[in-house]
Amino acid sequence: MPLTKEQIAQRIAKELKDGYYVNLGIGIPTLVANYIPAGMNVVLQSENGLLGMGPFPFEGEEDPDLINAGKQTITTVPGSAFFDSAMSFGMIRAGKVDLTVLGAMEVSEEGDIANWKIPGKMVKGMGGAMDLVASAKNIIVAMMHTNPKGESKLLRKCVLPLTGVKCVKKIVSDIAVMDVTDEGFKLVERAPGISVDEIKAKTEGKLIVDGEIPEMVF
Amino acid sequence: MNKIFASAEAAIHDIKDGSILMLGGFGLCGIPENCIAALVKKQVKDLTCISNNAGVDDFGIGLMLQKKQVRKMISSYVGENAEFERQLLSGELEVELIPQGTLATRCMAAGYGLPAIYTPAGVGTEIATGKEVRNFDGKEYLLEYAFNADFAIVKAWKGDAHGNLIYKETARNFNPLMAMAGKITIAEVEELVPAGELDPNAIHTPGIYVNRIFQGSNYQKRIEQRTVRKKN
Repeated sequence: MPLTKEQIAQRIAKELKDGYYVNLGIGIPTLVANYIPAGMNVVLQSENGLLGMGPFPFEGEEDPDLINAGKQTITTVPGSAFFDSAMSFGMIRAGKVDLTVLGAMEVSEEGDIANWKIPGKMVKGMGGAMDLVASAKNIIVAMMHTNPKGESKLLRKCVLPLTGVKCVKKIVSDIAVMDVTDEGFKLVERAPGISVDEIKAKTEGKLIVDGEIPEMVF
Repeated sequence: MNKIFASAEAAIHDIKDGSILMLGGFGLCGIPENCIAALVKKQVKDLTCISNNAGVDDFGIGLMLQKKQVRKMISSYVGENAEFERQLLSGELEVELIPQGTLATRCMAAGYGLPAIYTPAGVGTEIATGKEVRNFDGKEYLLEYAFNADFAIVKAWKGDAHGNLIYKETARNFNPLMAMAGKITIAEVEELVPAGELDPNAIHTPGIYVNRIFQGSNYQKRIEQRTVRKKN
């Protein structure tokens, strides 16, 4: 069975380590916050100017001056800090943020990512995505392996306008976990019940299968 | 030295058609609501607005778009506004989209007296077109110029008669950067106090950067995405 969005987030959460500073993008990446292991200290960065993002506020306690990069009302956790937008991207560029989790429309076998613009459709802008992918030291992409038509989104070369080049380190899709290596997508794990052949068939870019590929364990 | 103005109308009196403005805020959080209302009332047009977002249809910079006062937006994300989309597709409005960190850092450069900065954001993408690329230690960077704005319009939580400013929570965002970057900086504050009442240790924007300050009023502080959890 392909993973649900929640399961993709759950699998990505296994990449977290104690003491990590993490930036989570909009969509599936946001869900990763729900699966931080109990007792693990992970600090969430929101690029509009906050370290130490907490859960949504209780009803009636929303504060319009306190939002995340998705413009949602949020709270802070003890030990949080506010800063301006230049410092926010400064700490990302300087490699202080340990992990960035993003969604993608396409990823290439070289680690290029496209997630901001579809030609012919209204362009809303890249927000902070180009800064994040150009600077973050470790980028994990959360995405569906194929589009609704069943076409692969893991390609030899991206077709859509790029957000960044050679930057994605790992991909967790609904059917596989892959590392992006100099040689291509290296298959690391399969979703439960998904065969290597199915993953191969759904991956247009170069897929490296080395030995037995274990199923994901939750 | 009197920096205190009586109203938003007085503080923006010399903003004219064709001015280049910076407007602080992220989404609708920390936007200079009073100055935007005064600009709408003043009916200045052909404005270039440097702001992370363009408001929503009926609030923020969206109010200026409704009156067709904006000729060009320089922003990182503009998705929440149907009138914006209509003007863009009809060619009435020019839009320059730039990465959010680049936007922030180009403001910062202006405030620090630096003509330009190098950033890796956008290398290898279409926004690198026509820009100088320089390699430092094996990694490529784009040359991006400091902004040159006639006016910076910012919103702070507290301010004093000297123009010293303190922002609240994530309403800080672009405000302190733009406050430093304008040829003339106008600050509206929720609470204006006499000099000496703010803790000098807590000042985010030193008053030297602020030319005009006024006590704002009737803040709506609209919430764009109200997300909550239930108490058990």
